Amino acid sequence: MKRPIIFSSLTKTDGAVAVVKDFNASILPGQFVSLLGHSGCGKSTVLSILAGLQEASSGGIIIDGREIDGPALSRAIVFQSPSLLPWLTALENVRLAYAQANPKSSARSQRDAAQQYLNMVGIGDYAHSLPSELSQGTQQRVSIARAFSLEPRILLLDEPFGMLDSITRLELQDLLLDLWEQQRKTVVLVTHDIDEAIYLSDRILLMTDGPEAKLGRDLTVPLPRPRDRRMATDDPAYFQLRREVIGFLVSHTRQFAAV
Amino acid sequence: MKKLAFNFFPSLIGILAVFGIWALVSAQFAPDLPSPAKTWEESKPYVLAPFEKRGEMDQGILRMASYSLWRVAKGYALALLIGTPLGFCLGLSPLFFRMFDPVIQILRPISPLAWLPLGLVLFRQSEPAAHFTIALCSMWPTVVNTMTGVRSIPQDYHNVAAVLRLSPWKRLTKVLIPATLPYMFTGFRLSLGLAWLVIVACEMLTGTPGVGGFLWQEYNSLIYSHILLSILTIGLIGYGLDRLMGLAESRLRIA
Repeated sequence: MKRPIIFSSLTKTDGAVAVVKDFNASILPGQFVSLLGHSGCGKSTVLSILAGLQEASSGGIIIDGREIDGPALSRAIVFQSPSLLPWLTALENVRLAYAQANPKSSARSQRDAAQQYLNMVGIGDYAHSLPSELSQGTQQRVSIARAFSLEPRILLLDEPFGMLDSITRLELQDLLLDLWEQQRKTVVLVTHDIDEAIYLSDRILLMTDGPEAKLGRDLTVPLPRPRDRRMATDDPAYFQLRREVIGFLVSHTRQFAAV
Repeated sequence: MKKLAFNFFPSLIGILAVFGIWALVSAQFAPDLPSPAKTWEESKPYVLAPFEKRGEMDQGILRMASYSLWRVAKGYALALLIGTPLGFCLGLSPLFFRMFDPVIQILRPISPLAWLPLGLVLFRQSEPAAHFTIALCSMWPTVVNTMTGVRSIPQDYHNVAAVLRLSPWKRLTKVLIPATLPYMFTGFRLSLGLAWLVIVACEMLTGTPGVGGFLWQEYNSLIYSHILLSILTIGLIGYGLDRLMGLAESRLRIA
């Protein structure tokens, strides 16, 4: 019954300019896929359409044999900024989401569940803090807990670690990897960090530069799981892949500059 | 202690300076203007027995003020009840904005003196006419600030509401209202100031008991010191109301 997510000639125009044009790809259930490309190449636009926050100009995205129209709780998203509601505590932020996915649950069980999700991302002690009292990294953990509390089938991540310092970023990458190992959800990660893409994903979809961005290369990450940070320094397959990715990005930058 | 001295003494000097100028003007240039001492002497029965009722227009100053405050409270409540939802609609719907923004821009600068006769025509009684006038004059800051607040809600929050598929009611109570609250309160504060400003004009024209009515009556009875008493009372109460709203506002900003 589980069928892939299919991007079919996905095109998004902004005025006269096609930001994304004829983007074709398919993602299998349970896969961890990264969309990698230069800043502003249109990868976030693709994710935003997948989340249902924007509409495709032509073409579309098909999940379970049906074209998506609008957001759904089965597709949870973590944004680049934590996007927590600042007047709600960490717990209340998660609870708001959980209550949407479980509208018939009691207030008590909603609070318990929200607390569980906060424990899961390692910040159970901060349940009653307001977002303004938490560090960026902790806020982003709340945001991840909020996304997981929807029990989504597909998790969308829009440069979720882009605003964090590098050590916090490594911590959150490992957290995400742990959660993925346990739950094996389908994950689509938008990023411009090459090492992040290689370390986390099964597949990397390289996008060409916008305007008229489309799928450039579709690379499989040959590293075994569970992953280990030492692969980045020790594994020849890692170097090989990194070389390919950088080669692609550099050649496309040249192409771009030559025009 | 040092901070108190720093804040308090300059204010005190300012107030004393104004009293000084007042005394000078009444002694040297304007013989009809009662001096501060004479004003105090003639105002004593109103200030020392502030809630005394001796007749319809002969009542303690705080009793008079309470009539005015009650009238303002009703008109102001009406202004908030109409102005807040109106501001939300204007902020949320570009179509609604295009429909009603010109109307609002035209209604906004109209003086209370113009609305009151219309209120009297509509309601045939001075009280509802006064409430009508206060509401129509004071609601605009609430409307405009609420609208601005709704428009400046970050896209992030709209996205969260969309991906969580919040119902319209939840979207309103969990996202829109909390996000707009600081702006709304700024509007409420400005509106209250205006409502208090309008009351005097309303009472003067309708001759109803209250600080404004008292002021006008005492002018007609040539008791000028009571005009000054009324002015001071109006100013002090207006200042007090503004401080109260300011306190509420600063609470919100912390939260």
